[in-house]
Amino acid sequence: MPLLKVQDLHTSFFTDAGEVKAVNGVSFQLERGKVLGIVGESGSGKSVTAYSIMQILASTGKIVSGSIKLDGQELVGAGEAVMKQVRGNKVSIIFQDPMTSLNPTYTIGHQLMEAILLHTDRNKAQAKERAIEMLRLVNINEPEKRMNQYPFEFSGGMRQRIMIAMALACEPDILIADEPTTALDVTIQAQILELMQSLQEELGMAIIMITHDLGVVAQMCDEVIVMYAGAICEQGTTDEIFYNPCHEYTKGLMRSIPTTTTAGTKLHPISGTPIDLLNMPKGCSFAPRCENAMKVCLEKPCEKMIINDEHFASCWMNVKSGYEQGEITLLGKEGGNNE
Amino acid sequence: MSEIKNNAPLIEVKDLKQYFNINMGMFRTKPLKAVDGVSFHINKGETLGLVGESGCGKTTVGRTLLHLYKPTAGEIYYKGKLLKSKEDINEFRKKATMVFQDPYSSLNPRMTVADIIGEPLDIQKLTSSAKEREERILELMGHVGLNSEHAARYAHEFSGGQRQRIGIARALAVNPDFIVCDEPVSALDVSIQAQVINMFAELQEKLGLTYLFIAHDLLVIRHVSDRIAVMYLGKMVELADADEIYNHPLHPYSKSLLSAVPVPDPKIARANKRIVLTGDIPSPLNAPSGCPFRTRCPYASEQCAQEMPEFREVSKGHFVACHNLDKVN
Repeated sequence: MPLLKVQDLHTSFFTDAGEVKAVNGVSFQLERGKVLGIVGESGSGKSVTAYSIMQILASTGKIVSGSIKLDGQELVGAGEAVMKQVRGNKVSIIFQDPMTSLNPTYTIGHQLMEAILLHTDRNKAQAKERAIEMLRLVNINEPEKRMNQYPFEFSGGMRQRIMIAMALACEPDILIADEPTTALDVTIQAQILELMQSLQEELGMAIIMITHDLGVVAQMCDEVIVMYAGAICEQGTTDEIFYNPCHEYTKGLMRSIPTTTTAGTKLHPISGTPIDLLNMPKGCSFAPRCENAMKVCLEKPCEKMIINDEHFASCWMNVKSGYEQGEITLLGKEGGNNE
Repeated sequence: MSEIKNNAPLIEVKDLKQYFNINMGMFRTKPLKAVDGVSFHINKGETLGLVGESGCGKTTVGRTLLHLYKPTAGEIYYKGKLLKSKEDINEFRKKATMVFQDPYSSLNPRMTVADIIGEPLDIQKLTSSAKEREERILELMGHVGLNSEHAARYAHEFSGGQRQRIGIARALAVNPDFIVCDEPVSALDVSIQAQVINMFAELQEKLGLTYLFIAHDLLVIRHVSDRIAVMYLGKMVELADADEIYNHPLHPYSKSLLSAVPVPDPKIARANKRIVLTGDIPSPLNAPSGCPFRTRCPYASEQCAQEMPEFREVSKGHFVACHNLDKVN
């Protein structure tokens, strides 16, 4: 049984301007001890997917339908009492901005111990011991002294390490990292990624790594989900996604990033601007920006197609290039006849 | 393009210093040495990339260069002429502009796009009639790929990428030779980043611009720059051709910085041996004595604590400031 199984998740925000379908039919599963990357640009729904799992959506947001099963237990509609047991205990999250996710009016020790006291039956002295142990684990020097200091006394990289310590204090099965290194400098980013990797190996937890940085994905992840406009457009092992991208959006992303060999050449950007979720097109949501869009793309969203055992993509281009050769199998009933 | 680049430098900076006085309470102040003795030049038509971590002084170099801050010490030459009097600086500002990092806060929300782009024209009195002004604004909008129908709109109606285009059009309004680009793409999504980077390259070719390109994304810097300078805690530690610095970095800080870049290729990323530095960048208020990098440097010696290594040319065009180059390499 997979540790986490998300099926056909729909999360919407009900705003004055109308319903914004931020997550629109997302399904995936996560095995124990694996690192799953979710990439996509701002507004693609990657963070909302994570917040839906934790059920920490803003007040206008709501899970409309779908199922989220953690260890076989259904979380959608499970109620606050169950979610309190899940958050922190089984699933933890670290946020992008380490500057604002700690409370400036309490000491680091207080905030760390709060999480431990809430989620475990340790007493105060044991909680303190555990907090110091966690600080040591994330390489904070002199943890006993540091316990009594306030967040402003720490640098950005150290605060993010404290966030990690807090998230891991109750030994969760899943750690959700929402852009954990975006606000940090490269050398500090390297420290944090290194730390996450070693802790993951040591503690054997699963990680959901949300990022827009394909470099971070390449380094950290076993599997990758590429999201666009609230839906998964491609999913596969890291190697498959990087070396055999099968969705025009993924291909576009790979082409558009500068690498060490592109100096002096022109980059190949994706034209247009990210989609307006209030104004979704009829067909494939990427079609208006896609340079290879065909008639079918504008009219009909593409079904999930199996590229191989470890790789799915929802792009009509695969039909064009692979269907005749029998390389592609369609999951949908009516897929291939349209081209 | 390479023949123009060999001409005399357009901008030359000698021993530039920028200190800020920080209030320590009880009427005491302490200088924060944001930029501490930086020298470099930029040739005409060239892009000099400036990298470093937050707090290293790279943005301050850009701003001080344009006299947005009054330099504490040092000399800035434009086309071989020292900028000294107020008139010199005013003239220079007609030829040197800036594109800012945050496309959200750098545009006035109460002004239309036409007014944002037209403001520098008004300040520098570059157009003589309303008609000429409008034509110039539309021409500038054309340069950055905006339509004439965008002119009457407000900044909030645009996406981040489009806003950055507005900021670039504003920078181009005075017909500059030189633009300081301060992290112009770091707030943008990857797919939009490439559009803006390409636009910088096209404009450079079309208008013969010279850039000082400040960024912390080393892959972006590598893509756009002819030469690259690495800064650490207010000092320049290495400066060389882009290829040279990526293939043969000499300073231990440049080495670890370059090795820390996550490469978007899983096989290379797995094989990559990163040099992970311990610790954080020290506060510039409490900078270490001698070489500023010594507290994180695995090769630091006695000498490093005592004197700041000289920023010297070790091979043609390759400058580095380190005492222990033999040990490091």
